[in-house]
Amino acid sequence: MRTIVFGVPEWSGHRAGQHLDIRLTAEDGYRAEREYSIASAPGERVAITVERLDNGEVSPYLTEELRQGDEIELRGPIGGYFVWDPEDESPLLLVAGGSGIVPLRAMVRHRRGSGSEVPVRLLYSSRTLADVIYRAELDEPADGVEVVYTLTREQPTGWSGYARRVDEELLGEVAWPAEEGALAFVCGPTSFVETVASGLVELGYPPPRVKTERFGATGR
Amino acid sequence: MIPTTLTYAERTSSRATSSNVSFVSRGFRGRRRDPEADSTRLPPGQHVTEDFPVLSAGPTPHIPLDEWSFSIVHGDEKETWTWDEFRDLPSEEVTVDIHCVTRWSKLDTTWEGVSIDTLLEQVEHEAAYVLAFCDGGYTTNLPLEDVSDGKAWVAFAYDEEPLDPEHGGPARLLVPHLYFWKSAKWVRGLMLRDTDEPGFWETYGYHSYGDPWREQRYAGD
Amino acid sequence: MEALDGNAIGGLLHEVFGVEMTTAKGVCASCGAAGQVAELVVYLQAPGTVARCRSCSSILMVIVEVRGTTCVDLRGLAALDLASGAGLTR
Repeated sequence: MRTIVFGVPEWSGHRAGQHLDIRLTAEDGYRAEREYSIASAPGERVAITVERLDNGEVSPYLTEELRQGDEIELRGPIGGYFVWDPEDESPLLLVAGGSGIVPLRAMVRHRRGSGSEVPVRLLYSSRTLADVIYRAELDEPADGVEVVYTLTREQPTGWSGYARRVDEELLGEVAWPAEEGALAFVCGPTSFVETVASGLVELGYPPPRVKTERFGATGR
Repeated sequence: MIPTTLTYAERTSSRATSSNVSFVSRGFRGRRRDPEADSTRLPPGQHVTEDFPVLSAGPTPHIPLDEWSFSIVHGDEKETWTWDEFRDLPSEEVTVDIHCVTRWSKLDTTWEGVSIDTLLEQVEHEAAYVLAFCDGGYTTNLPLEDVSDGKAWVAFAYDEEPLDPEHGGPARLLVPHLYFWKSAKWVRGLMLRDTDEPGFWETYGYHSYGDPWREQRYAGD
Repeated sequence: MEALDGNAIGGLLHEVFGVEMTTAKGVCASCGAAGQVAELVVYLQAPGTVARCRSCSSILMVIVEVRGTTCVDLRGLAALDLASGAGLTR
């Protein structure tokens, strides 16, 4: 896992939840493109967090080869649907599966940076505690932000938190009740997003209040 | 995690044409070329993969076998086989290399299938072309001679297992001498035609024939 | 390989249309369902990209890149409101 910060001349700024398209070109002209959610809040330098996938084509390059001073081609910021702005005063429900935490973390940082006081519940599903990204930050959340983990594969000794994949029952215990009029952002692998989004709708969330962003099984 | 600062080159959103000087990402090589791969077996621009990528234009169809059929359609005439009838036909095991237009190739893949010759024997025709049609609506076109004379099969097993739905099961076309988009997944039949009609990807600019050895990826190649 | 959604083609569509497209509203010509591009079912990595209606699975968009030219087929859409795509920008 590596967080990479870019210095972008004349960067126009971004919104929390947007992403970048990164393009790599080999000497023989071969190209690979991937999308990465922006991990930083508006106002902070543009950053992405990349998980090295063993079978990956781009992630090993970004996490191991890329070095300070290198240049990279990127396009963005992209996105107008899966974005959160502090003007929205609804309670926020953020549900992350694996690397889906990245754009949601940008939202949490933006909330703090903008002085917003909307109440936030973040439900973060990971395989193990070691797989949790931004752990130090999430273990010390700002006032009004509640973080709930569920560890689906392995839990440390003495773990008293959730220890299973997110299901409707778990959602019912963690999500804002539908009457609160919360705005939900759900991000992660496709099957995770579908389970959570339909679970929230079952709990009474109107579909337009459940925003979804699906990542491929490989992260993107 | 230690943040690493990088400087950013000129942002470009246009694809480099052959006359542009392309930006090169220092140290990026893409998929490692396997130095042991027999390069005489690889068409130009391909690399060998150990896995079997799943590429699809839509959801995986799931047809119960008792609803499945395969047809050869010629004008008003249609010859149809149910799954049981199809599986009663003589089949053969073949080991072939396959080449996807997205640049991966897989060597020595093993399949079991019914030769298209066996199916065509049942139909009298003088057609020059076929259009394969599939569950989900996918189509692809081929000259009839490219699915004849031992060059093509309707395959129902891969690597000694029944063909996975993800990879086109219960049965797909297998035409290894052409790019693998011609090996239509979830195939349900062949329409015999006097004229060539472009199939799904061919309509969007992919090559009508698709010979990987002449690198015929796009129309005009 | 699981399908993604219209967020995954946001960059590509921005390049083609010149505006933010994930919030653009599309209407399926097959079943009439209306929704934002971000919520379409998207199949990447085929020889081209296919975006389907979440309600009926009909193809709404096909995007193919051939030798540097991007071709976008929108025949599956009865309507595509770009104005809703331009949306809120900073």
